[in-house]
Amino acid sequence: MMAHSILIWSVATAEMMIVLAMACAAYRMLKGPRAQDRVLALDAFYVCGMILILTFGIETSDIFYFEAVLVIALVGFVATAALAKFLMRGEPIE
Amino acid sequence: MSAITRRVLPYPLLSVFLLIMWLLLNQSLSPGHLILGSIIGVAGGLATSSLQIPSGRVRNLHLLVQFAFIVLYDIIRSNIAVSRIVLTPGRVAKSGFLTVKLDIRNEYALAILACVVTSTPGTVWVNFDSAKGELLLHVLDLVDEDEWTDLIKNRYERLLKEIFE
Amino acid sequence: MMEVSPTLPAWVAIVTSILVLLGAALTLIGTIGLVRLNNFYSRVHPPTLGTTLGIGCVLLASMLYFSVVKQRLVVHEVLIAIFVTITTPVTLMLLVSAALRRDWAIGDPSVPVPPGLPEEAERPEPLPESDQPTS
Repeated sequence: MMAHSILIWSVATAEMMIVLAMACAAYRMLKGPRAQDRVLALDAFYVCGMILILTFGIETSDIFYFEAVLVIALVGFVATAALAKFLMRGEPIE
Repeated sequence: MSAITRRVLPYPLLSVFLLIMWLLLNQSLSPGHLILGSIIGVAGGLATSSLQIPSGRVRNLHLLVQFAFIVLYDIIRSNIAVSRIVLTPGRVAKSGFLTVKLDIRNEYALAILACVVTSTPGTVWVNFDSAKGELLLHVLDLVDEDEWTDLIKNRYERLLKEIFE
Repeated sequence: MMEVSPTLPAWVAIVTSILVLLGAALTLIGTIGLVRLNNFYSRVHPPTLGTTLGIGCVLLASMLYFSVVKQRLVVHEVLIAIFVTITTPVTLMLLVSAALRRDWAIGDPSVPVPPGLPEEAERPEPLPESDQPTS
């Protein structure tokens, strides 16, 4: 059916776009120039990872990718918050 | 009766929120999960009460819903605006810091304003000086300062004031 | 290759496609902005495209698709939406205030004085190589 092939095509295209987005974030993460740029890029990078896994979930019709996304959201938030705190004072845990 | 309720459920909204989260996480409305979720809700409320969070009250629920829709509309609008700035070749956005004097002091209103301002693309909440009542923002497209001040003061702050104070 | 169940209604397939493409495009634009814009404080803005409408559209697509495919209401994506809307502002605000302190510490005159730190006159001397700090 026409609509179904559109869905297959657009999910694949979306995945490629998100991988490209992750590449952009990775570029900024490697280039910097300062530490805060790298942390900001890391934040964008894990959000892209979450979106990529969500589209994987749609592609495979597997509902359990949701759990992986939730874990990435939790760990990513704690990681960026700790890194930002570290940049502020030089000590991550206070 | 109400004293006991206040003892068991110091933060009823938080408890209800935890129950809803539990049910969503398990994708179920079975009695077992309802009981387990209620226990978690009550326990979460009791655990939070030792933090002694200042109590706040939503005075106007109808306005809060209206505020949510306004924010949703603004997020869509500023998504388009920021996309345009990023995609226009050769354009360098004139970004900068902006100070706005706020009248609201309610912690919950300020917290919601901070989340709204930061999650709307194009504006980031930097700092709020509670002694002077001055809010420091960073704006991506700072062409007209008055326009942004007007957005914060008249579109958000006025509604939040009515909702919480 | 993706397998689509033949009973999936056409409108669901179309709406899911549009939402997924829109979400991915917004996320991509956000990270392009992260690469293109020229200073840190401007670069804070574009990634919020991905964390607001970008992930929102993909979550809506996922909710719609799974609700139809599994033939029951699948709404646990709301949890991710709530979580992302609460956490993104927190990390961004923390990061911006950390950046302000760091810029203040190297004596950058273009940023305002961060909270709890002395005023302009008592700022440390700018470092000689302050234009392009390496760390």
